[in-house]
Amino acid sequence: MAAQVDGLYFFLVAVSAFFTLLIFLTVFIFAVKYRQEAHPNPEHIEGSLPLELTWTLIPLGICMIFFAWGALIYFQEARPPRGSMEVYAVAKQWMWKFEHESGQREINALHIPVGRDIKMIMSSQDVIHSFYVPAFRIKADVLPGRYTSTWFHPTKTGTYHLFCAEYCGTQHSGMIGEVVVMTPAAYQSWLASGGATPTMAANGKELFTQLGCATCHRADTQGRGPTLAGVFGKPVQLEDGRTVMADENYIRESILNPQAKIVAGFKPIMPTFQGQVTEESLGALVSYVKSLSQPQQKAEGGAPQPIAANESN
Amino acid sequence: MATAVQTAERQTYLNNGYSLKSWLLTKDHKRIAILYLISITGMFFVGGFFAMLIRLELLTPAGDLVSSDTYNKLFSMHGIAMVFFFLIPSVPAVLGNFVIPLMVGAKDLAFPRINLLSWYLYMFGALFALVSMISGGVDTGWTFYTPFSTTYSNTHVVGTALGVFIAGFSSIFTGLNFIVTIHRMRAPGLTWTRLPLFCWSNYAASIIMVLGTPVIAITILLVALERLLHIGVFNPALGGDPLLFQHLFWFYSHPAVYIMILPGMGVISEVVTCFSRKRVFGYEFVALASIAIAVLGFLVWAHHMFVAGISVYAALVFSLLSYLVAIPSAVKVFNWTATLFKGSIRYDTPMLYAFGFIGLFTIGGLTGVFLASLGVDVHVTDTYFVVAHFHYVMVGGMVLAYLAGLHFWWPKMTGKLYPEGWAKLSALLVFVGFNLTFFPQFILGYMGMPRRYHAYPPEFQVLNVLSTAGASVLAVGYVLPMIYFMWSLRYGEDAGPNPWNAVGLEWMTPSPPPTHNFDETPVVTWEAYDYEHPPQEVLVGH
Amino acid sequence: MDQQRETSTFGMWLFLLTEIMFFGGLFCAYLVYRATYYQAFVEGSQAMNIWLGATNTAVLICSSLTMALGVRCAQTDNRKLMVVLLIATMLFGLAFLGIKAIEYHEHWTNHQFPGPNFSFPQAEAAGVNPQNVQIYFSLYWAMTGLHALHMVIGVGLVLWITIAAARGMYSADYYAPVENVGLYWHFVDLVWIYLFPLLYLISKKHGG
Repeated sequence: MAAQVDGLYFFLVAVSAFFTLLIFLTVFIFAVKYRQEAHPNPEHIEGSLPLELTWTLIPLGICMIFFAWGALIYFQEARPPRGSMEVYAVAKQWMWKFEHESGQREINALHIPVGRDIKMIMSSQDVIHSFYVPAFRIKADVLPGRYTSTWFHPTKTGTYHLFCAEYCGTQHSGMIGEVVVMTPAAYQSWLASGGATPTMAANGKELFTQLGCATCHRADTQGRGPTLAGVFGKPVQLEDGRTVMADENYIRESILNPQAKIVAGFKPIMPTFQGQVTEESLGALVSYVKSLSQPQQKAEGGAPQPIAANESN
Repeated sequence: MATAVQTAERQTYLNNGYSLKSWLLTKDHKRIAILYLISITGMFFVGGFFAMLIRLELLTPAGDLVSSDTYNKLFSMHGIAMVFFFLIPSVPAVLGNFVIPLMVGAKDLAFPRINLLSWYLYMFGALFALVSMISGGVDTGWTFYTPFSTTYSNTHVVGTALGVFIAGFSSIFTGLNFIVTIHRMRAPGLTWTRLPLFCWSNYAASIIMVLGTPVIAITILLVALERLLHIGVFNPALGGDPLLFQHLFWFYSHPAVYIMILPGMGVISEVVTCFSRKRVFGYEFVALASIAIAVLGFLVWAHHMFVAGISVYAALVFSLLSYLVAIPSAVKVFNWTATLFKGSIRYDTPMLYAFGFIGLFTIGGLTGVFLASLGVDVHVTDTYFVVAHFHYVMVGGMVLAYLAGLHFWWPKMTGKLYPEGWAKLSALLVFVGFNLTFFPQFILGYMGMPRRYHAYPPEFQVLNVLSTAGASVLAVGYVLPMIYFMWSLRYGEDAGPNPWNAVGLEWMTPSPPPTHNFDETPVVTWEAYDYEHPPQEVLVGH
Repeated sequence: MDQQRETSTFGMWLFLLTEIMFFGGLFCAYLVYRATYYQAFVEGSQAMNIWLGATNTAVLICSSLTMALGVRCAQTDNRKLMVVLLIATMLFGLAFLGIKAIEYHEHWTNHQFPGPNFSFPQAEAAGVNPQNVQIYFSLYWAMTGLHALHMVIGVGLVLWITIAAARGMYSADYYAPVENVGLYWHFVDLVWIYLFPLLYLISKKHGG
């Protein structure tokens, strides 16, 4: 992907350099050739419709090429492939907190295996931040109040800068981390080195019981709330007639602001958990609900997700 | 060169009363233009002072000159001072105010008292902003993104926001005045297609001023209210949407950049025609391009939000439209270049600035095309690439155009000529200094250096040092005109009504003009830029 | 004089265009949040006093009538009637502001002002998040507050031209200020015509 971005970038550089030189040279040549001393009598030319059309339509055409190429890249960047490994990120002033689905947590460093598709699911605890890895040519703002996501596919092992790219206050320029891309073997040993940690989904399951979710959201259809098995990744019919996709943001909103979307056939009785759950807990709960849609969930295999968490606004 | 004998009796707008009251309560558009000239020059150096500190800090990778909080305030206040209190008013309020009534053959603008009110609003807004800056500053960036600005910042957000709010009304009233003046107060015979392109450009910019500014006014008011009353319109913790702020903010702030550049482009049209001694190539196309930029400029705002979390489809639409808005600007550049063809070109200072403008605006505009490209934007947005892009168009474009206009109309405004040698030197210093300051920043951005960074990884240092070196040259280039313009007021040669032998109504009245502009209402029988058959009166004074 | 009148009227129309954009930002925010939190907006709307709102709407419409007639009087050199009509316009305007003040007082004492003291106990029973209702009220206070500010300015402007009219400054040849203040007044009235249904009449049946 990064190579594609570079391809388009240098194509833009080439075309721009061409036109810049063209204008610079033309202006220079005209300025010298037609200077007053050499050309005292100006020729009064009104204009030329063919010329105007030419230099309107040709740049327009070139721009459409730029547009299409750039759009193609952007489209791909918005569609993480199935089977991507998911990493949750919580940004806060002024650090990055990462959590792998297998349960490992890191601060300001992100260890990932080379050659895998990695999808970041991110939210902020406070202000808007932005997850930027120049080496991968990707960037996505990290917002408070909802998830945004981006994905990448590292092709070379190494350590790369991670920057926060949205001004966020005092230590904005200190919110730097590193992305450590390792061989699969090295990654496995890194995973093992931290000691056994419960997976995010397991944490989520525990929270699910602790917070009382299981009382209404039962495995059978007898609960006061809809069952959550098989919900993630599919459309949901709402009470007001709308249909929405049950993605990460839907789950998150249902926990924090349940009245916003009521599932058809149910009453608006779910209490809000705002203030009772941290970003990390939310991530765990989302991970758990996702796992309920897998035939067999394995912590690290990554759940196939049919949609990007990038919802519209 | 004939020197018109300036008898003590000749009444000009400058000697028509010397008291402070005659200036502070003036309704004369020319005096109001001078008042604006003084105030925005002041704000320019305020913004420039902050820029100097920023560049000094960025000489070294570590944040060692000032604290992080101070640095954040520096770039915020640099942006606020420059965008709202220099760039937006500069050409319209100084040059437009002075020249437009003259160009259309009128005695004054349509609403002279509202013009004065406009200046007072500007001063009042600037006062709020300056007081906020002096009493601790603001650190939200000139973009005031929420929820940082509404909930997390501990600085004088409300004071600054109110300053910007008030200054916005100054802009609205100026635009309103221009639109009505150009519609209703043209001299007999001055049809739309005979209007100088400076009028077309300011007209287009005025449409934006009038339609766009109220939106930022209400947005910034909501930010202030949210901060004061803890309501939750933009704060997600209270159910609000931070992206709504961004949409509302950029809905104005993108067209705002066209408010800045269009009048500058108008200046370039005037200068290029005068110093090529011929009509602009494709007059109708240049005029319509101004209108097209104004209209299309309202449709592209979310290209500032490609990575902000908008939907892919919205991004596609805004990317496409952003390419469309680039085209009319390109057309103008081509037309100006074609105007040089077979002209008779003089290298006076305004023309040197115009050459600089054409080159630098081309680079700035083309790098805008980079940013319109979604795939590339994801990598370079929020980095120094964007900083370089907008400085190319705003400084390499707009400021150069402003300087071109100042140098072009200074003789008309003051009746004095400035020393040409020093002026050309300054133009050269500005051009060289500018490129050295900002070209390295394109590379920094592509390499990944984010913007608004107080400290940075060491591999970015060399380019930053180059940039700071350039800034010092640029600073000299800015200070020199201050000095020689002041010098010219006392010691400069008398200019006469038309030192450039230009075609245009403003050159058919003495320099400086009398308060009522024209002794008799002129009747226009010639096309714009009719250098082929210049109206007889033009030849007076040279 | 005609050219001056046309010019000043053109200026006033342009100014009103800026006012549309000014209110427009608030309307935009309103539309976004109403779509997102429709039920909460329904509940907020229920807390409005429809009768006071409707009365205010009628009051403003009448005031626009008297204003328009007043402008007509200026055009036809009918000074005495003009002054009467302008005074009536002002009285209607003040009546509007008075009724608004009553409504504001009621909302204030019911803790329906956004901020730390906001409370909306009906939310829970109705199954909506009080935080979302607070957004409704934020917009209610901002939009009607901005409108009320414009009303105050409007009453001031009408007072100014009433005094000038009483002094005989207007005639069939020169009545531009009256016409322009009239335009401003109608605009402020029109904004209310939009605000009333949007804030007071949100139907319980979801419609989005």
